[in-house]
Amino acid sequence: MDTLIYLILTLLKIVVILVPLLLSVAYLTYLERKVIGYMQVRIGPNRVGPRGWLQPIADFVKLAFKEIIIPTKANRFLFVIAPMLVLAPALAAWAVIPFADGWVLANIDAGLLYILAMTSVGVYGVLIAGWASNSKYALLGTLRSAAQIISYEIAMGFALVGVLMAAGSLNLSAIVSAQSGSLLTWYWLPLLPLFMVYLISGIAETNRAPFDVAEGESEIVAGFHVEYSGLLFAIFFLAEYANMILIAALTVIMFLGGWLSPFQGTFLEAAFAWVPGIFWFLLKISVILFSFLWLRATFPRYRYDQIMRLGWKVFIPITLVWIVVIGIAILAKLPPWFN
Amino acid sequence: MIKITFYLFSLILIFAASRVITIKNPVHAALFLVLAFFSSAAIWLILQAEFLAMVLILVYVGAVMVLFLFVLMMLNVNFDTLREGFVRHLPLAAFVGAVILLEMVLVVGTWHHALPTEVATGSNTAALGSVLYTEYVYPFEIAAAILLVAMIAAIALTMRPHTRSKYQKPEQQVRVRREDRIRIIKD
Amino acid sequence: MLEQYLPILLFILIGLVMGIILPMLGFFLGKREPDPEKNSPYECGFEAFDDARMKFDVRYYLVAILFIIFDLEIAFLFPWAVVFKDIGLFGFVSMMIFLTILIIGFIYEWKRGALEWE
Repeated sequence: MDTLIYLILTLLKIVVILVPLLLSVAYLTYLERKVIGYMQVRIGPNRVGPRGWLQPIADFVKLAFKEIIIPTKANRFLFVIAPMLVLAPALAAWAVIPFADGWVLANIDAGLLYILAMTSVGVYGVLIAGWASNSKYALLGTLRSAAQIISYEIAMGFALVGVLMAAGSLNLSAIVSAQSGSLLTWYWLPLLPLFMVYLISGIAETNRAPFDVAEGESEIVAGFHVEYSGLLFAIFFLAEYANMILIAALTVIMFLGGWLSPFQGTFLEAAFAWVPGIFWFLLKISVILFSFLWLRATFPRYRYDQIMRLGWKVFIPITLVWIVVIGIAILAKLPPWFN
Repeated sequence: MIKITFYLFSLILIFAASRVITIKNPVHAALFLVLAFFSSAAIWLILQAEFLAMVLILVYVGAVMVLFLFVLMMLNVNFDTLREGFVRHLPLAAFVGAVILLEMVLVVGTWHHALPTEVATGSNTAALGSVLYTEYVYPFEIAAAILLVAMIAAIALTMRPHTRSKYQKPEQQVRVRREDRIRIIKD
Repeated sequence: MLEQYLPILLFILIGLVMGIILPMLGFFLGKREPDPEKNSPYECGFEAFDDARMKFDVRYYLVAILFIIFDLEIAFLFPWAVVFKDIGLFGFVSMMIFLTILIIGFIYEWKRGALEWE
């Protein structure tokens, strides 16, 4: 009986995480169109509902009623399960994210490893989708996308090593707690190069502009999901945006103090003590997401050789050097971070 | 409860592993191998080997199998021609298989069947780290050397010195003299 | 420890279930009017020339192989980073030797042009 109650309670908690997440995904697409619209002196969606508020819902309904086309030459079974393989890890990674002090579904010791494992599994959906479609554009997009994802995963992994050295734990809540102090003890400052590498690699991992040659609508038309339509396509879209929010959340947890208040350690700390931690967490995520949209509106697309050079020849050396620097700083017990 | 989970995952593991060698489509076989890795990771988790389970997924599922799929998907090997030699190579393959089986029986037979000691409370990654880089430092450095060999071998085997694409080389273009390009045939 | 993994298992299952329910909804709601032209692989209005599954530049495989090696390196770095504050100078030196050996490989890779894309 106790087990049953526990199971139901856990399921409820999962729903409490997933529903707002899916809503945020929906409204992130709206926000993206709006923000980029204003940056390019347009209005963006404004027809469905007041100021276009209902646009994402209209989009979903439209996609739901579209025909799902399975190409004749495709491998049917793999074609249909590929979106699932992209979505499941993108959602499952959220199980270990701490939203505020103690607000975490599964407080496991190896939290960061779990996240890394889940994100590395995401590449399967892309590979299978591209191959199962049996279309040239899809295959080209898959190849580019997969090679790009795995290249940037290395830089990301090395950046995480720096965070681990500073925090001394794989547990995400412990990593946030270790940053406690003030705005200046958050890891963005001592790990500034790693922070930049992680943020940029995160954009490349999610195949977003300016690293979206895998999609390249002007040459290979949409990359690995060119043959997908209707809700199958919607799942890829959902997973991409869920991954984007995940990367933003991880950046906040590891470099920007998670749920910690930015006024900690200043005279304003008491004045803002009533604000719940989750508010700061969501606020920081929003700032990072806004910067992703801003980057997309600002930068032209990179060439593929430039992308690969940035990942292998710039980011990996930077992270390696900084790991050594952090090591020396920790051995020297450099204040105020490592004493 | 743990027993049920263990048997569930072992059943999935055995099923997936047997499908790997029986299924015809090689891409499907590779995907069943991925499923097998996932189930073994789950079994390791039941054994409380948190770090190993995660690394199994990270390295084998996230990296090694991606390479397998890359090769299977993009090389487009004709597997019917590969299957033709099956009967001819059967005796040799059976011999190799028997030797491996014998070796495994010998190795497993000498194991001490003692229950694993409970790991002290706390993170199992930390427990591993505290001995790997101090007590087992030599094997650790040897691992680095093996990785180095693997890296160099991979490059030596796959890199071809010539490039097929043509570059513009400005320094050569500037250095060109009149005599290199123009040949006067007749005054 | 194990009880912490139950929510994760459930979460993964729910993720998979969502990946099944959404396409089913799509198949149920969407219309189905198959047509040989519509179902043929997309190739900008042309008839598909030949089989889409073609051979690729060996460079992509090389990236995947190098990725495995670097991924293993990261797997070795993780436990080290976690206990770094406890194992001190000795641990630091042993990792620096490890990294030096691998950086030799990285330099070789760089000089041989394995990282060049044109």
